[in-house]
Amino acid sequence: MSELAEEQDIDRSKMTVSDEIAVEIIKMNKWYGSFHVLRDIDLTVNRGERIVIAGPSGSGKSTLIRCINALEEHQKGRIVVDGTELSSDLKNIDKIRREVGMVFQHFNLFPHLSILENLTLAPIWVRKTPRKEAEETAMHFLEKVKIPEQAHKYPGQLSGGQQQRVAIARSLCMRPRIMLFDEPTSALDPEMIAEVLDTMIELAQEGMTMLCVTHEMGFARKVANRVIFMDEGQIVEQNEPEEFFNNPQNPRTQLFLSQILGH
Amino acid sequence: MSGTHAHTVGFTRDTMIPQADPPMTSVGAIGWAHKNLFSTWFNAIVTVASLALIFYVLAMIVPWAISPTWESSSLSECRDILAAANGGESGHGACWGVIRERWVQLMFGFYPSHLHWRPVAAFILLGVALAPVLFSDKVPAKLLYFTLAYPFIFPWLLWGGTIWAPLSVAAGFGVGYLAYRIVSAVAGDLLSVLAGVVAALVWWLVLSGYVVDALAGLIPIGLEPVQSRDFGGFMLSITIGVVAIAASLPLGVLLALGRRSDLLIVRYLSVGFIEFIRGVPLITLLFVASTLLNIFMPPGTDFDIILRVLIMVTLFATAYMAEVIRGGLAALPKGQYEGADSLGLNYWQAQRLIIMPQALKISIPGIVSTFIGVFKDTTLVSIIGLMDPLGLTNGIRADTNWNGIVWELYGFIALVFFVFCFSMSRYSMYLERRLHTGRK
Repeated sequence: MSELAEEQDIDRSKMTVSDEIAVEIIKMNKWYGSFHVLRDIDLTVNRGERIVIAGPSGSGKSTLIRCINALEEHQKGRIVVDGTELSSDLKNIDKIRREVGMVFQHFNLFPHLSILENLTLAPIWVRKTPRKEAEETAMHFLEKVKIPEQAHKYPGQLSGGQQQRVAIARSLCMRPRIMLFDEPTSALDPEMIAEVLDTMIELAQEGMTMLCVTHEMGFARKVANRVIFMDEGQIVEQNEPEEFFNNPQNPRTQLFLSQILGH
Repeated sequence: MSGTHAHTVGFTRDTMIPQADPPMTSVGAIGWAHKNLFSTWFNAIVTVASLALIFYVLAMIVPWAISPTWESSSLSECRDILAAANGGESGHGACWGVIRERWVQLMFGFYPSHLHWRPVAAFILLGVALAPVLFSDKVPAKLLYFTLAYPFIFPWLLWGGTIWAPLSVAAGFGVGYLAYRIVSAVAGDLLSVLAGVVAALVWWLVLSGYVVDALAGLIPIGLEPVQSRDFGGFMLSITIGVVAIAASLPLGVLLALGRRSDLLIVRYLSVGFIEFIRGVPLITLLFVASTLLNIFMPPGTDFDIILRVLIMVTLFATAYMAEVIRGGLAALPKGQYEGADSLGLNYWQAQRLIIMPQALKISIPGIVSTFIGVFKDTTLVSIIGLMDPLGLTNGIRADTNWNGIVWELYGFIALVFFVFCFSMSRYSMYLERRLHTGRK
């Protein structure tokens, strides 16, 4: 767990939560075959909220956020993202994916394209941005994640932390209104976790709506305005970080926290 | 820098060890030989035995191949020359006169000799058309327009006839696209694609014949036509090989995608096609092309034999290609699809920009193997009576002058095939190196 987040002063001035609803999930259920992975999920995310989802492995937390941009299909209930309801209609799925950025555990950069091409691909082909403009945007975000000098290298030549920062920049180039993070630091060497978390903190400070599946409890404490604990495919507990960590109610939450914070 | 003692636990390095050169025995020619040829006594024995074997084989082949018989015009003349060189006794050596006398035939078959420039031009232009595809980093991309035009130039140069025929075939694509654009303004994607295909087919099968006749009557521009039965030699092999190779790659990509499609009908059709074609020997397909197909055609239709063979060989290569590419697709991590999806790319964009470039790169060795296999399989057309180089050897060996010649002819044909196949193999290695973008 990174201590870096603790040492920093976090500017909360822009981290305001509006009344506008960004994501609304109502009684959502999902099965893998006959296995009930997500059970009656109800979750409303307001614009500007920063939500950390925690839970033991296999609890369905990744599946939950992957349902939000339709990487996984839900079988029952409703998911409304930015006013668009997710259905099997491909037009809606494409529309939502354009507005929702996602960062993966294993980065999923495109190894056959340079960093700059990774960043400009979607703006050029999906948003039809002129190449020059897309490249300017890409350089802007590469500077933001502090690796503009790597623009012409290939993903395979970068360290894990750099690759993950490129992945964040790649999502940002689409100017998303919501960002999903699926265990963004779990595949990184310890010394690289901080640089990725810093980038995420910076993003939070700019008021981005974020849903993060992560085990970085320091990050959750500092940045999140809500922590959700999941187990066996359901939301077991959710609360503001202070309350969540200092005063967990459900015995499963208590056990989980004692396991990951206990040493 | 003091060594650590077993009983002292504390240790602090005060100077770092600089990088040093490796020991002499592991670098340079001696180091290489030591490491690769004589590392163990067993390895040393294998090395010596292999060198002896190589020497033995070369000692047989080289004196046979270096033979002063280039100018001879029959096998008996060869024997005289060899005997004379050997001081009266019957000599041993190759009889190269047959290659000198027949190499034009081995290259062009019975293609009229005053028109040999046409296949030559066609194959030189083939190089020009392939350049932007094969060496995209060195050749201006504008040449790709010529690559697109080449499929229409190529058959026109080889078969000749009026220029309006290839132009009309090309126009069919334009007609199809136009229909697609018109229908897509009012209907969905699937319907517009269907309309485009139907319009193009109507043009090719019904209208284009009249249009070509009319235009050829008005403005008679054309080349002297050459019949398919005059095609032969390496020209025929390369024609069949190039067409099958060029067509099987895109068709194989579509078929591989079809086999992995979520659409049930598309998937079963793809699987059915692949399994059927792979389950049947190429020879069988060629016999179907040469004899059986005529039964199903309305009487009097002239369905060119080479065109029939081209279609069969292409279908055959496509089925294999699809499976090779499916292997490449299966090797791609799921994260690549998810990365593309999460950015909002649609199916075809994701395939074209993300999935295929990587899947094809992974499949390069398999793809090139299939190419090489297809090119060598073109020799099978001799069985249905086409005059490919192997088909021609029968005629040459039946000639009284050359009756009894074996090694020289087949050796020469093998050598030419080897040059082509080895070039493809080397190119694929070059391509793999070029597409390598750092460690994964």
